[in-house]
Amino acid sequence: MSSSEIDRQWTTRLRRRVEGKLPPEKLLPDTQPNYVSSWIYVFGVATMSALFVVIATGCILALRGPQWWHGSAYGHFINSLHLWSVEIFFFSMVVHLWGKFAMAAWRGGRTLTWMTGVITFLASVATAFTGYVSQSNFDSQWISTQAKDGINATGAGAYFNVLNLGQMLMWHIVLLPLAAVVLTALHIVLVRIKGVVPPFEENPVVENAEVTQ
Amino acid sequence: MTKKAFNPDVDAPKWKGGYHPYDIVKEGSIAIAVILVLTLVLAILFGSPDEKAITIKTWSNAAPLDFANTTLEELNGTSTTAAYGAPYNTASTGQQLGPLQLAKWVGVRIPVNAAKDFVISPLKSLPDQPALDHQLAVWSAASTSTKNSWLTSYGKAKVKFVNGQVVANTTTAGPVPVMINQLTQMARSGALDQALVTGHGFYTTDYTKPLLFLADSEYLAGLADHQHLTGDQWGMMNETGNYPGQSWLWLYTFWYQIPPFKTSANADVLVWGLMMVLSAVLLLVPFIPGLRSVPRKLKLYRLIWREHYQETE
Repeated sequence: MSSSEIDRQWTTRLRRRVEGKLPPEKLLPDTQPNYVSSWIYVFGVATMSALFVVIATGCILALRGPQWWHGSAYGHFINSLHLWSVEIFFFSMVVHLWGKFAMAAWRGGRTLTWMTGVITFLASVATAFTGYVSQSNFDSQWISTQAKDGINATGAGAYFNVLNLGQMLMWHIVLLPLAAVVLTALHIVLVRIKGVVPPFEENPVVENAEVTQ
Repeated sequence: MTKKAFNPDVDAPKWKGGYHPYDIVKEGSIAIAVILVLTLVLAILFGSPDEKAITIKTWSNAAPLDFANTTLEELNGTSTTAAYGAPYNTASTGQQLGPLQLAKWVGVRIPVNAAKDFVISPLKSLPDQPALDHQLAVWSAASTSTKNSWLTSYGKAKVKFVNGQVVANTTTAGPVPVMINQLTQMARSGALDQALVTGHGFYTTDYTKPLLFLADSEYLAGLADHQHLTGDQWGMMNETGNYPGQSWLWLYTFWYQIPPFKTSANADVLVWGLMMVLSAVLLLVPFIPGLRSVPRKLKLYRLIWREHYQETE
């Protein structure tokens, strides 16, 4: 096999592209620009960490099935962990989002990073919502019977039936978490490729300066 | 790298300053540990709500007259479900977004015939009830106008719950008093809960019908009101007890509290439409001139990067 033939392989081309875009020192950096020095940066990693706890506690709940936590003190405690990790997740994510807005973090070719972040937020809202209507208790009865009207009014209720426990549970534990995790991974990869957005340059000299795209 | 006109809301200057050590693995590990501890503390201190689900049995025993009245509404087509429209039936056009009849266009995808599914079919499933079967046969054989006449008579009658029976003070309501009383007895025994979910056979995970029936009652709304869960109490973003609930839905719920949404018959579709537009705006901020300049003009970034600006000024 000639080297040119190897060069043309999809695998070779993909590997080289990945190596070029995201070399190991970018994926796992050991330095940061000096401007990355604020408490606001904590909320990005806090969101990821909370997501880790949400998934871990959700997996424990999944082990024993959807009814287990109603009749077991241990199960109820795991449910409490799941609930509070979700609350921390959203709190961190919202602070992270508005922090990034304040920084105009889409600058310098980071538009896709911003957009994947917003889509992740929306997917997370849907994931949490399907969790609330899958609890099989009074909350889920009330929330689902109220929410149906909004979703039905858009026409989507014909296919996304919030009163169908089985359908909502599948969305909650399979489809939407998968979307949220994939989107989060994509978001993080984009952050690592592009780096953290630099501060606004308030010195007018920069008008003709070299910029990143 | 290219040379081009610098747009401060789109472009970022290339960083030419210094770097400091950063241990991403250590930071991630510490963050997970801290979040785990914080979660444990919150879970131990506050737990989580788990108010038991309401059953048709609970409802019909706690409020038999409300159950009987809801059954009447299912039969005469005035309940929320019976008059809903798509995706359950064709009883109404449903909500409209301007000229757009979104739900109607999608059509009936989850068919629900309130009278048949909630009342007639469950009653027919009761074994060894010759008197009831006779009344059901009379009902089935009657014309629509006769049925309406019976239902109107029942609606005007004084209905009481006496010695475990729903009794209507009327002699012109045909089989309706027997049907409503028998369904109430069936509900109070718990048999109706099962009858409403077994439409697809032994196994089921679909609670559409019992939930719709429950939601037609005043009983469920009363319980929700007591728990501060109704629409004018910021609705479904709350949950039972003193828990934060889905606080991230505050903006969605907010619109229901103010005009024109608060009083509009199309509130749901209007709020959903508005939220979709706002979500799209948030997603597309980087492309929207003016909006993408807000962070630069707000200057909140000076707080975030205050050390950087202190060093450079």
